[in-house]
Amino acid sequence: MTTPLIRLDGLTKAYPGVRANDDVSLEIAPSEIHALLGENGAGKSTLVKMIYGLVKPDSGNMTLAGAAYDPQEPRAARAAGVAMVFQHFSLFDALSVAENVALGMEDPPAMRDLSQRIKDVSETYGLPLNPSRRVGDLSAGERQRVEIIRCLLQDPKLLIMDEPTSVLTPQEVEILFQTLRKLSAEGTAILYISHKLEEIRTLCNSATILRGGKVVGKCNPRDATAREMAELMVGKGLSVPARSGKSHGLVALELERLSMPAPSNFGMPLRDISLQVRSGEVMGIGGVAGNGQDELLQALSGETRAPGKRIWLFGEDIGARGPRSRRAKGLLCAPEERLGHAAAPNMTLTENAMLTGSLRRGLERNGFLDWRAARNFAEEIIARFDVRTPGPNNAARALSGGNLQKFVVGREVLQDPKVLVVNQPTWGVDAAAAAAIRQALLDLAAAGGTVIVISQDLDELMEISDRFAALNEGRLSDPRDTAGLTIEEIGLMLGGAHGMEVAHV
Amino acid sequence: MDLSAINPVLLLAALLAAATPILLAATGELIAEKAGVLNLGVEGMMITGAICGFATAVETGSPLLGFAAAAVGGAALSLLFAFLTQVALANQVASGLALTLFGLGLSALLGQSYVGVKPPRMEDVNFGPLADIPLIGRIFFQHDLVLYLGVVLVASVWAFLKYTRSGLILKAVGENHDAAHALGYKVVRIRTLAIMFGGACAGAGGAYISLVRVPQWTEGMTAGVGWIALALVVFASWKPWRVLLGAYLFGGITQLQLNLQGAGVAIPVEYLAMSPYIITIVVLVLLSADKAQAPASLGRTFHASQ
Repeated sequence: MTTPLIRLDGLTKAYPGVRANDDVSLEIAPSEIHALLGENGAGKSTLVKMIYGLVKPDSGNMTLAGAAYDPQEPRAARAAGVAMVFQHFSLFDALSVAENVALGMEDPPAMRDLSQRIKDVSETYGLPLNPSRRVGDLSAGERQRVEIIRCLLQDPKLLIMDEPTSVLTPQEVEILFQTLRKLSAEGTAILYISHKLEEIRTLCNSATILRGGKVVGKCNPRDATAREMAELMVGKGLSVPARSGKSHGLVALELERLSMPAPSNFGMPLRDISLQVRSGEVMGIGGVAGNGQDELLQALSGETRAPGKRIWLFGEDIGARGPRSRRAKGLLCAPEERLGHAAAPNMTLTENAMLTGSLRRGLERNGFLDWRAARNFAEEIIARFDVRTPGPNNAARALSGGNLQKFVVGREVLQDPKVLVVNQPTWGVDAAAAAAIRQALLDLAAAGGTVIVISQDLDELMEISDRFAALNEGRLSDPRDTAGLTIEEIGLMLGGAHGMEVAHV
Repeated sequence: MDLSAINPVLLLAALLAAATPILLAATGELIAEKAGVLNLGVEGMMITGAICGFATAVETGSPLLGFAAAAVGGAALSLLFAFLTQVALANQVASGLALTLFGLGLSALLGQSYVGVKPPRMEDVNFGPLADIPLIGRIFFQHDLVLYLGVVLVASVWAFLKYTRSGLILKAVGENHDAAHALGYKVVRIRTLAIMFGGACAGAGGAYISLVRVPQWTEGMTAGVGWIALALVVFASWKPWRVLLGAYLFGGITQLQLNLQGAGVAIPVEYLAMSPYIITIVVLVLLSADKAQAPASLGRTFHASQ
């Protein structure tokens, strides 16, 4: 092998309570397109932030082109020839393309020369772009071109790309890959972060796989199968509990070709989602964050209103109904964001119990609030779900993440929901508490309720759900019975390798 | 009613002077807001500048030293705001309001022994023969130095924002502080400097009231000019030349309505007194109908979390 362009040796970075990177070592040669694979939270972002000088490693060292490399800030990294295209674009909407490019350069030439160079580079690499346009008016693909051109103008030796295709259309992905191959042919090394296995298999010529902050494997993605890589990513201990094919009841909740525009510039539109969930059933929805999970939950909870004849609850069209009306009918939701969405941080647990429980637990009468009953309800949640807190008068923000999670899930479970939708029910919760929450969800289903679990934790979904579907770019795959579902199939569903051809317009 | 008592030449000359305090304060605030900081403490920084400048001018006998002290005083007070919002991550609206109240109280305290004192006079710039040109000479060339510096300041701020790299970085910080941080720019440092610039300009604007416009010290003498300056920045769509236009419009109509009152026009005084506010707002609202938008990070607290 040739001398590596960059060598990372034993990089370790710990945050309170978590080792984001633990003794990570890897090498990238010039011209190499190196994939960094891993699930969310595996430590990919932390690793590249250290290479780019945004985060300082606790220990370990880096070598760039044979010399010690220890960037104190992104400027130093750029000066050393390291450029990065961010997952969430670091662009300024109100400024022009040329101004945005200038901001990412150390010594930008005068604007007129810069515009000319942008034109030249964009033509050379087949990335058409008008330097005087306002970035706010560009499409996601064009915005990414701005970032890439910003990097290319500095002749980088190493180009880092953090999940570059997550916002691109398949056509744009193809253009991007051609550009990257051309760059690679010119000697630029590329560190490509993704969890989309098919992409990595077509583009990259080596791969490092991270899990839990540690390097768990290296492979050549052209030789390895998607299954092998998925197993490394997810961990081999993915136990699939045997699920009986027991029959379920009536259709409780039905989505019929539900499409919704993205609620914000950074949101994901929901595209043509169809789903039937029966009572007594646990439906698992997997997928990497940002593929429409939050939007789906909001559409179900009623925070965003759906068009008519798209969402049916026990045969009734509830698309136009708001959250309170849906709660009255038995559709309850527990969103992912604990502080600020599921619970009001500065209010006490009693008040938070009142917020969602007032209707179904009869905590209000004629517009007057029954605080005594609310307090009893809060105490019931605390006792049943083993919430560790001095009492119901504590503010929600005073609870640890896991304890608050138990509280917000417990609060919905104890309201006798007919359909319960939970997003990331055990995120940040320790193993014992997670097991208790899962058990509560299973009990709910056993008693005839319907549960939809949206989660990024595949183990969790395999453990408790009867059927599994994957959300990918706002599209929901066809649900499959979890019994007999293999890792490879799950990996392919998550990576969106199928359904891509028919999906885009 | 005797409209012939109104002298258009004197009116125009007075317009320039009446507009200058607003112009200075609004230009400073424009820079702060372009960096993404909403500082509602303009009024407080102006009145603090007014007394700092007044006291220094009286003690040293030099109005120019007074203006320098006013700028320093305004900037020093703004540092308190910078500490609260950029270091302690306090809410910008609340901190700004507190700054105004604090500045009003502080200036009253500092100014206790200066009530009734007459400050040294600010000399007009000597343009020689230019000042003797009929009409034009009286309108444009018989003013003090600070008035001309105010116009130069607008031009400099415009050029700074449009042509310099520092100006681009300032706009970038105000537009998307997270992205600016990711690119390695020092968001807090840049914002603190912008806040201090805004404070210095507001202080100088306040001193223009106490040293040139009114020449005396009275408690609360800025009388809401700081709030006008704040509104002006918004209605001027964060564009320096529109701030100039708005300030002149406001100053002009203020002067005109005073003259009309003097001439005994048969319109109730209250309507005349409110006319500058209404007309300025209406004109600038019409102007701001284009798609110019506020800096996207305006008023948002930045915390570099990694």
